[in-house]
Amino acid sequence: MLIFTLKRLLSLGLSLIAASVAIFFVVEIIPGDPARLMLGINATQDAVDALRTQMGLDQGLLARYWLWASGLLQGDFGISYTYRVPVSEMVQGRVWVSLPLALYALLLSTAIAFPIGIIAAAKRGSWADWLVMGGTQLGVAIPNFWFAMLMVSILAIKYGLFSAGGFPGWDDPLAALKALTLPAFVLALPQASILARVMRSSLLDTLSEDFMRTARAKGRTARGAMVHHALRNAMIPVLTIIGLQFSFLLAGAIIIEKIFFLPGLGSMIFTAITQRDLIVVESVVMLLVFAVILVTFLVDITYALVDPRLRRRA
Amino acid sequence: MSLLEINGLKLGIGAAKILHEVSLSVDAGQITAVIGESGSGKSMTAYCVNQLLPRGSRTKGDVQFNGHNMLVLDEPTLCQMRGRDIGMVFQEPMTALNPVQTIGAQVAETVLIHGAASKPEALKIARETLNRVGLPEAQFPLSRYPHELSGGQRQRVVIAMAIALRPKLLIADEPTTALDVTTQAQIMDLLKRLVQEDGMGLLLISHDLGVVADVADHIVIMRKGEVVEQGATAHIFKHMQHPYTKALFEASSHKPDREAQPLDTPILKVKKLIRDYTLPRKSLFGPVPKFRAVNGVSFTLNKGESLGLVGESGCGKSTLTRAILGLEGIQGGSISINGVEVKAGHTVPRTLRRNMQVVFQDPYGSFNPRHKVARLVSEPFHLLENPPKGTTRKTAISEALTAVGMHADDADKYIHEFSGGQRQRIAIARALIIKPELIILDEAVSALDVSIRAQILDLLAELSDKLGLSYLFISHDLSVVRAITDRVMVMKSGEIVEEGATEAIFQTPQHTYTRALLAAAPSLEDLMQ
Repeated sequence: MLIFTLKRLLSLGLSLIAASVAIFFVVEIIPGDPARLMLGINATQDAVDALRTQMGLDQGLLARYWLWASGLLQGDFGISYTYRVPVSEMVQGRVWVSLPLALYALLLSTAIAFPIGIIAAAKRGSWADWLVMGGTQLGVAIPNFWFAMLMVSILAIKYGLFSAGGFPGWDDPLAALKALTLPAFVLALPQASILARVMRSSLLDTLSEDFMRTARAKGRTARGAMVHHALRNAMIPVLTIIGLQFSFLLAGAIIIEKIFFLPGLGSMIFTAITQRDLIVVESVVMLLVFAVILVTFLVDITYALVDPRLRRRA
Repeated sequence: MSLLEINGLKLGIGAAKILHEVSLSVDAGQITAVIGESGSGKSMTAYCVNQLLPRGSRTKGDVQFNGHNMLVLDEPTLCQMRGRDIGMVFQEPMTALNPVQTIGAQVAETVLIHGAASKPEALKIARETLNRVGLPEAQFPLSRYPHELSGGQRQRVVIAMAIALRPKLLIADEPTTALDVTTQAQIMDLLKRLVQEDGMGLLLISHDLGVVADVADHIVIMRKGEVVEQGATAHIFKHMQHPYTKALFEASSHKPDREAQPLDTPILKVKKLIRDYTLPRKSLFGPVPKFRAVNGVSFTLNKGESLGLVGESGCGKSTLTRAILGLEGIQGGSISINGVEVKAGHTVPRTLRRNMQVVFQDPYGSFNPRHKVARLVSEPFHLLENPPKGTTRKTAISEALTAVGMHADDADKYIHEFSGGQRQRIAIARALIIKPELIILDEAVSALDVSIRAQILDLLAELSDKLGLSYLFISHDLSVVRAITDRVMVMKSGEIVEEGATEAIFQTPQHTYTRALLAAAPSLEDLMQ
């Protein structure tokens, strides 16, 4: 297991280097001089050159890559072309909205999906199964911006249970959590629907395995066999989906962030793209890539914890 | 009063009637074997005893076990009895164990479910039971996972789970069908020993008369949900009455008539063949480790000859087949087909492949279910430069189908419309269609019931007489190989250890491994005498 973890860590490191090279050079290929862009078309060539030197743009590609990458490692993401503030500062404020929102949504999604997926599989063909299958179909089909507006108009505007949007900051954790609840729920619903369906079909596959019959022959009740033998075996596809969903929730919540006026990473990257603030795009994309690779690493480790057969391969 | 007494048992699942008036009994310390072909209801009879029936099952009659009628007990009581009073061993040891739990945990589970001991004690019982079934602590600590064990070892774990609480009755559903002959003999010995030591009753379900005849005290023959004949083993062997029993015995040791004489011209010549598989690297820069699956194998197969290749799983016989068929390249030696030589580093080319066709074991898995029979049978045409079209193609398909005893109209049907035996006929038709000289039969009759197997063997004999075909007949089943081959090779760990005329090898085996194989293989002929 130790060797497996070390091998996975090595592959994590290599993926990060590969991703950083790819991102750096893609952004480099994009035409346009950032210094010229920052100073405007009326700036003198001297001023532009001075800025280029200051930003390190006059150095070679490799040197600039090294400067950027080593800066990332020290938490220095460079300075935003548009706002002239360190990107790390901009990101810091945003991450503490997006990350909790993603985790919160993921928590809700699994909390909804696990029980209903398990019930649907255990009572296959019953009314409960039909209800879950129908409900999740609806959950996948409903566009989340529409559902978000519906929630806002009912729960926030009509009954005043939640605020319609905005984020009060983490000084008051309870208020912050309350502000994130509605968007997290809206984000979680389609994810939960997908996850519940995956859970159901994975469990159904496992229930028809021979070792389930063995468990019954040993004297396990139907429920005991499900809890002690089926669940852990059914987890592999479920873990895969959870890993994918987290990555999506972290960066893909732009519309929900916009609807609820949340200052998250999604809306920041959107603004940065429209303003051609490439250093912000570059840094935030790198950050997201890092998050996704880290989640993949964690999912891999969990696979091996769940299934001993995977520990030998790496 | 017997330990288990089944009287007038009827079972229906949905609209289908599975069992009609089944009656049999098992005494403590005795082995009752239920023999039947697929669909005879033998396994369902067993599942009626511990009530692990599929959904929608309806039972009627009387299953008296230890003073209870199992058919009327409620589920909680049944859960208490399963594992404690009735143990069960299954056919597929590869899948019968939970892959994510250690063998120790799974054996101890039987004890823990029934609250028979605390956890440390349960683990101690698990250890003792594993020792009893021949898995000593030194090589098989409780912390082993199922994937680290071989098929026979896994079956021992399954048996340990079933007997951990010393049940009164053990049900074994085809416990050795998936295992090699030597392993099969060991598992049967183990079951017999446990029955004697614990005074258990054993209900042994099998399709193979030879396997159970040695050990069973009592034999029950079933067909289509009915018991056709039963009695003490020796009595059944001497005085069988029912025609089906007689047919079953005849089919089990069936020997087709073969007339064709092999010629002296070789069709296939294999010289010092080597097949290596690369294994995953152990370190980043070291040499890539290799596994030599076939090690310097040489043999010649003549025209019109039927050559057998026997060996246990993992001996390299399938790898050898794949190399000959040109599915994989070879690393050493050579393969000559009709005098054209393929050397190391190459794969047998397409032009040579059309002289050979193959029939695989699984008549269910080796066809694409979405294609019609016509398309399935005509698949080998892609090996020809100018495949026939239109009516010539149709005629070829009809001819191939009629040659194997099917109807030309069957070409428009789908494969699910046929039984296992019919599918294997279609597989042979597919092999015949481009008129090959050599057919490789890779466990081609192993999955079939004995009566169907006898028919297919007859068909193969007839085809070789008529078309002068050569066969390379690969099987783990020695009795089948003895029935259909002229010469036989015995393979072990990638090498041919013995080769010679079939009867000579079976009568006077020279190599110790061949002797061990023959000793382990159940032979009905010896028992009948």
